[in-house]
Amino acid sequence: MNALLAADLPYWAQSLLRVLGGIVAVLLPAGTIVYVFLFKMMSFMQSRLGPMEAGPYGSLQLVAEVGKWLQKEDITPERADRFIFKIAPLVVLVSTFLLVAVVPFGPDAWFTNFEAGVFYMLAVSSVSVLGILIAGWASANKYSLLGGLRAAGQLIAYELPMVLAVVGVIIQAGTMNLQQIVVAQNAGSIFGWNGLGNPYILTQFVGFIIFMIAVQAELTQTPFDMPIAESELVSGYMTEYSGFRFLTFFIAEFATAGVFALIASVLFLGGWGIPFAWFDWSTIDSVDDWMNVVGPLIMVTKMMLLAFIIMWVRFSYPRFREDQLQRFAWKVLVPVSLVNIMVTAILKVAF
Amino acid sequence: MTSTESLIDRRQMAYIAAQASDARVNVELETEGMTLNIGPQHPATHGTLRIIARLDGEQVVWAEPSCGYMHRGYEKLTEVRTYPQVTALINRIDWLGSFANEVPFILAAEKLMEIEAPPRAQHIRTILFELSRIANVSLFLGDLGVQLGAVTPVFMAFRDREYVLNLIEAATGGRFHPNFDRIGGLKDDLPAGFVDETRVVMKKLRNFCDEIENLLFGNEIFQSRTRGIGVIPKDVALQYGLSGANLRASGVDWDLRRDQSLPMAWNKADWKVWTHPDGDSFARCWIRLQEVRESTRIVDQLLDSIPSGPVMAKVPRIIKVPEGEAWVSTENPLGEMGYYVVSKGDLGPFRTKIRSASFNNISVVPWVLKGVYVPDIITILASLYFILGDIDR
Repeated sequence: MNALLAADLPYWAQSLLRVLGGIVAVLLPAGTIVYVFLFKMMSFMQSRLGPMEAGPYGSLQLVAEVGKWLQKEDITPERADRFIFKIAPLVVLVSTFLLVAVVPFGPDAWFTNFEAGVFYMLAVSSVSVLGILIAGWASANKYSLLGGLRAAGQLIAYELPMVLAVVGVIIQAGTMNLQQIVVAQNAGSIFGWNGLGNPYILTQFVGFIIFMIAVQAELTQTPFDMPIAESELVSGYMTEYSGFRFLTFFIAEFATAGVFALIASVLFLGGWGIPFAWFDWSTIDSVDDWMNVVGPLIMVTKMMLLAFIIMWVRFSYPRFREDQLQRFAWKVLVPVSLVNIMVTAILKVAF
Repeated sequence: MTSTESLIDRRQMAYIAAQASDARVNVELETEGMTLNIGPQHPATHGTLRIIARLDGEQVVWAEPSCGYMHRGYEKLTEVRTYPQVTALINRIDWLGSFANEVPFILAAEKLMEIEAPPRAQHIRTILFELSRIANVSLFLGDLGVQLGAVTPVFMAFRDREYVLNLIEAATGGRFHPNFDRIGGLKDDLPAGFVDETRVVMKKLRNFCDEIENLLFGNEIFQSRTRGIGVIPKDVALQYGLSGANLRASGVDWDLRRDQSLPMAWNKADWKVWTHPDGDSFARCWIRLQEVRESTRIVDQLLDSIPSGPVMAKVPRIIKVPEGEAWVSTENPLGEMGYYVVSKGDLGPFRTKIRSASFNNISVVPWVLKGVYVPDIITILASLYFILGDIDR
């Protein structure tokens, strides 16, 4: 362990640092994604300029937007289930914070080094479904209810392909610890050539595609945005929310996009690591300490790459219908990912 | 005595309890329907149309459009205005293709007065008519994407519609409400450079059509959302009095521009009336896409052959229309639009009946929405393409 990071801090100070780090790790990707992709890239795709006035090149637009949302009145509908209505956005946001807890950012830069990290990650990502469902129910609005029910059906249907897509990675790495998965990819080799390590996007390409599709559905982004569907359900479960509670939903949406992109980069792109062969490292203990600083930067780069793909799809496609989406999940994604698991297992045993 | 009574009581109670439990089971099995009000304020209705839909789950059992939230009483208002003043009013009926609204009314008045606009005016009228059709339908093509969840096409539509609106503004002075048509001709001649500029814009619009075709019509999700959804067979379309692209998409070869002989210049250009055998939402959207292309072709050809001469016939300074009745309808962007004008030889019409296309086009909504899912309501409404001002007048 690094002497700097292993300094004798009291437990409360460690906890405080972790909380602050968690907030940064959730809000920074969210803000970056919103500005770079939602504001700027979307505008360029739609032949307009996007925000230009607030700050250099519109970069402070997000701060202005947050200020605007904070000033807005916090409206609770008359017939809403008040307590549940108010708590729903927080439930959605909590799931994001729970997710980021297992993501490794460097050899020593992690919040928890959890042995069953992948299992935990897949479990807590479903907490947001609960938040969306109760938001839809508690709003006392027919559109919200339809949106909430659609979200529940969709998110449960897409949990399965997501789990099955990750199983291939687990079989190949032989561990559920996300840190170990990163090490396995960077210390690995392709047919004896270790110049690139062994990022699982090469061997698990089918799994990667299925994982990204499932993430798209999990985030309720177009083409799977029926729960929100502005043109038919008028933003679905978010219809009745205003001000800070809407902002919480908004942050949760894009923060979850960021965290899922982080997780996908850990599972398939080698996470924080660079191929260990470049610096003659062999195990995690021999990795130099400066990777704790460079690692997060590499992670953010990969996250932006994956978030770019998510947003690119979001801005170009129309949306599916609910039954078409279910059919796609159960008849295409699940069988393909099962075959992928089988092939992976056979090859794992064979080599 | 008391024992038998209590026995009967107990038996009765048991019976009632059994009944009640049965009843509860029945109540639990029979799910209650839900009435969903789509509108009057809803993004999919682009205006204040209200669709009352009775849902079983997400399936529509029964639906009815309820219009009149934007009724402005134009038929009545025309009775207290003079003939030249009416065009300023009826511009606002179908506000996206406003020049096209003026033409049938002016033609009806000219028919009553038995005058005809000079050939140059007829030509320019047709060009502006087609330009307003392009402006109208290109917005539909972009809006279609938004209704189906794709956010990008609408901005492309606004970008390229802007060029057309600039042309209309250059010629008439008004982007949305030109008020340019006069009885006996036009207010003004075309500005300098209009012809060259229009040629460039028509090329841009054809590119836009190709873009939209690649972006939306070739998309598998778009096709799965629209193909086979909201099928209107030929006989039903005729029964409900659909017109325009909605009718042609059901396989009826009917276009008033070709089938009528009006003093306009459509017959001087070579163009095609597209029909589609399917009658589903995809067919309706595709027909409109082809119509924009045909309109650009019409405009291009008419620009080559604008005759010289005046743009205004000899009409009296104070227009009094002789007594009589006249019906003129044209093929407007949304379908057949007609005016039945009754004149008593006064300064203004005695009575005007406005037949607007959207009102008849949405009359098929209760029939076509039966049994579809909630997302398909939006697809079908988008593909029927109505404009609220055109429904409510």
